[in-house]
Amino acid sequence: MEFTCKTSKEIGGMGHSLKRREDDRFIQGKGNYVDDVKLPGMLYMDIVRSPYAYAKIKSINTEKALAIDGVITVITGKDLEEHNLHWMPTFLSDTQMVLPTDTVMYQAQEVACVIATSRYIAADAVEAVEVDYEPMKPVMDPHKALDPDAPVLRTDKEGKKDNHIYHWENGDREKTEEVFKNADVVVKEQIYLPRIHVASIETCGCVADYQTATKKMTVYMTTQAPHAVRTVVALVAGHVGLSEERIRIISPDLGGGFGGKVPIYPGYIVAITATFLIGKPVKWIEDRTENLQADSFARDYDMTCELAATKEGKIQAFRIKTLADMGYTDGSANPSKYPAGMFSICTGSYDYSTAFAEVDAVYTNKPPGGIAYRCSFRVTEAAHAIERMVDILAQKIGKDPAELRMENFIKKDQFPYKSALGWEYDSGDYHAGLEKAMNMIGYDELRKEQVEKRAKGEYMGIGICTFTEIVGAGPSKDFDILGLKMFDSAEIRVHPTGKAIARFGTKSQGQGHETTYAQIIAEELGIPAEHITIEEGDTDTAPYGLGTYASRSIATAGAAAAIAARKLRDKARKIAAYLLEVSEEDLEWEPGKFSVKGAPEKSKTIQELVFAAYTNYPPGMEGGFEAVHYYDPPNLTFPSGAYICVVDIDGKTGAIKVRRFVAIDDCGNIINPMIVQGQIHGGLTQGIAPAMYEELIYDDEGNILNGSFMDYLVPTAVESPKWETDHVVTPSPHHPLGAKGVAESPTVGAPPAIVNAIVDALSPLGVTHVEIPVTPYKVWKILKEKGVVD
Amino acid sequence: MKKEVTINVNGTSYTEEVEPRLLLVHFIRENLELTGTHIGCDTSHCGACTILLNGDSVKSCTIFTVQADGAEIATVEGMMQDGKYHPLQEAFKEYHGLQCGFCTPGMLMRAIDFLKHNPDPTEEEIRWGISSNLCRCTGYNNIVIAIEKAAEKMREVEVETVA
Ligand code: FES
Ligand code: FES
Repeated sequence: MEFTCKTSKEIGGMGHSLKRREDDRFIQGKGNYVDDVKLPGMLYMDIVRSPYAYAKIKSINTEKALAIDGVITVITGKDLEEHNLHWMPTFLSDTQMVLPTDTVMYQAQEVACVIATSRYIAADAVEAVEVDYEPMKPVMDPHKALDPDAPVLRTDKEGKKDNHIYHWENGDREKTEEVFKNADVVVKEQIYLPRIHVASIETCGCVADYQTATKKMTVYMTTQAPHAVRTVVALVAGHVGLSEERIRIISPDLGGGFGGKVPIYPGYIVAITATFLIGKPVKWIEDRTENLQADSFARDYDMTCELAATKEGKIQAFRIKTLADMGYTDGSANPSKYPAGMFSICTGSYDYSTAFAEVDAVYTNKPPGGIAYRCSFRVTEAAHAIERMVDILAQKIGKDPAELRMENFIKKDQFPYKSALGWEYDSGDYHAGLEKAMNMIGYDELRKEQVEKRAKGEYMGIGICTFTEIVGAGPSKDFDILGLKMFDSAEIRVHPTGKAIARFGTKSQGQGHETTYAQIIAEELGIPAEHITIEEGDTDTAPYGLGTYASRSIATAGAAAAIAARKLRDKARKIAAYLLEVSEEDLEWEPGKFSVKGAPEKSKTIQELVFAAYTNYPPGMEGGFEAVHYYDPPNLTFPSGAYICVVDIDGKTGAIKVRRFVAIDDCGNIINPMIVQGQIHGGLTQGIAPAMYEELIYDDEGNILNGSFMDYLVPTAVESPKWETDHVVTPSPHHPLGAKGVAESPTVGAPPAIVNAIVDALSPLGVTHVEIPVTPYKVWKILKEKGVVD
Repeated sequence: MKKEVTINVNGTSYTEEVEPRLLLVHFIRENLELTGTHIGCDTSHCGACTILLNGDSVKSCTIFTVQADGAEIATVEGMMQDGKYHPLQEAFKEYHGLQCGFCTPGMLMRAIDFLKHNPDPTEEEIRWGISSNLCRCTGYNNIVIAIEKAAEKMREVEVETVA
């Protein structure tokens, strides 16, 4: 089913590929990113970081640094301790040092901060700070972290006797055991998703500006969740006088986010403390190296996966046991009831009723994190597990993986569908999606070609992934972060001349909210999108909301915009009835005007009605034309996709060429097709990245081995294939616009499709699984092991 | 010990005293307050800082300001002429070649130089041509298309630009 536009191109409501409003400033170099903010008298902060993964700090000598001309001060953990600002909470209610007072827990940890009159002087002073460390043997292997004789890392936590953080489980353990015992076929695989880093091209930073005269703290900050940050800062620093009304967080243009700009990093807190103590603005901008080495990582899930099925390939049960390495602290930003995020979406797109999932999380001496890398809280891990296992099952019973999927899919008429682990999938048509993908790529011909290639000893593979996502967190009864319910908001003000400004609790990082939100309001009110200004990211002006991540903006704030606009349309209807002297029921709405049923010449445009709301409204009605809505979603949304990838592998070198990649997405109704397609392209490249290139690697001593863009391989245009995309549309039945959210689906769906293709290519050699990133070297080693090359 | 440099940027000549170690990208961003040129790394890999130095695209984080003494520089702020977009700017907007916009100025500057040397490139050539520049948002598809389309237009009409 394709969406048909209800509004004209001039109005530019849903379904129109409007060009983006934000582009004009960006293509002229006139964006305003954090590092572009320059305030009078601004000082610069730079950070001394630990060379060790685990060490006692014996002393910090700042004398030489302070002697440098232009150095204002050096802030250490002890200084913060004096103000009781040396610890802070993470979003998942763990705790984290701002700066250490005695022990460093991971390499590149912040140890001291230098404030100086210029960037260069601050960097000089960092070199001049002398820290005397006593290194200790770090715990780097998450499996060993649970050994009884492993040193307990979080000695700051009273009574903590091990490195275990939490155990989370979901499903029926006994019943699952039972099904596995009686199953015809059981397949099992160990699947590890390594640590990766979002590496948005803009790193993190802030400009903190405390005005001593007004006692107002303004912080320009790279954050995806400005309102939540304001609340956390008030909670952490309320006792020194920073109460919430005196804190203003401004998230200006963001150069990408992908989850990396959700957490609150120590640098922000020290910069805020520094401006508070010094009374001058302080800028802190991290380098790429610091960003990769210290800011939140993603993934690092070691999963033992099992699938039970009949001999015909009907899936009966899924079981997964996971060890999660969180590093020094649990720095996830998950909803608090869900420490393992939405991992229980791991049963996938298939119809079976038995599953059991568990996760144990541990502390190690790696940097903290556990954030998403463009995915909704561990959905990528879940999708990778099930989509690999389905292929392994297909391989084991000798069935085509497309056929096996078709036979196991939840059927269109089974929605809303209650999954084995308790989610209620809202809508989908998985058969239609896969069929469309197969037709588009020419699946049958490709399989024929593969037979011919194999006969010639060539390695060609076709990989499928048919994932279901879970996004749009979330309903307030279950979803909160630090107790803050995960609703989101929109406030619309329409000016007397019919032009509007709308503000939101979310924050775009490139998703194009300034364009799409305007389209939503245009759709509902008939005011042309080009006459609607959108603002986000300033906590002094925008309504409260939890921000943009987990594909939640359209699912929550987008819905809020629709409902706020509908409130205004109701008001417009009342005014129209008054002006046209008919009853409300006698009026008919078409985008942009109300007219009298049966007498279409008697009508009032929305612009006329808005003007009347200021000049000539019914007695007893409130004047003005403004509305606000805080949207509490009744359920999450469940976008899905069918992706097919074709690879050719060089049997001599192991080089992998992604020949084609087709992505069919179902994100429900589409607001701006051009933007949705762009989101999918970008997400797919962030899918091939971990599948083939990216991994943060540490040695046993805790040293990072690839902590810069020299060897952390972000794909260029050469590694990134030409993506082919299309859609099926099953509107979300519970979302006011039928939309679901899209930006993360491709990052979830691409890696299994690519790995499945690579394994398919190598399957004649008996290969059933390869860990990501699948590099040419890994493939070459397999070719060597199997005697293909010598 | 500071050194005097004279550098022409987007048609305006600037004379300033700078530290010999001042990176050109910081001179452009902080001394001249032309913040369209961005910084995305510390190892010369991302290309966010790409500008034109005497007509050639270079990564301005990899050059000292003093090395650019006497040079002519163009940055993204110099692309528009007579209030009109350069065909590349137009095409990036038209074909959705940007999302967060952080890589965009560097991409545009790189594309100008690339098309100067290869005015009628294949898709493959464009991909290699911009492989000096990272984009984390777009997946490159639409950047490639935008450059293709701009190239078409630029072959038809002569484009005036400081670049
Ligand atoms: S800033 Fe990355 S290449 Fe110059
Ligand atoms: S548009 Fe965001 S990095 Fe390219």
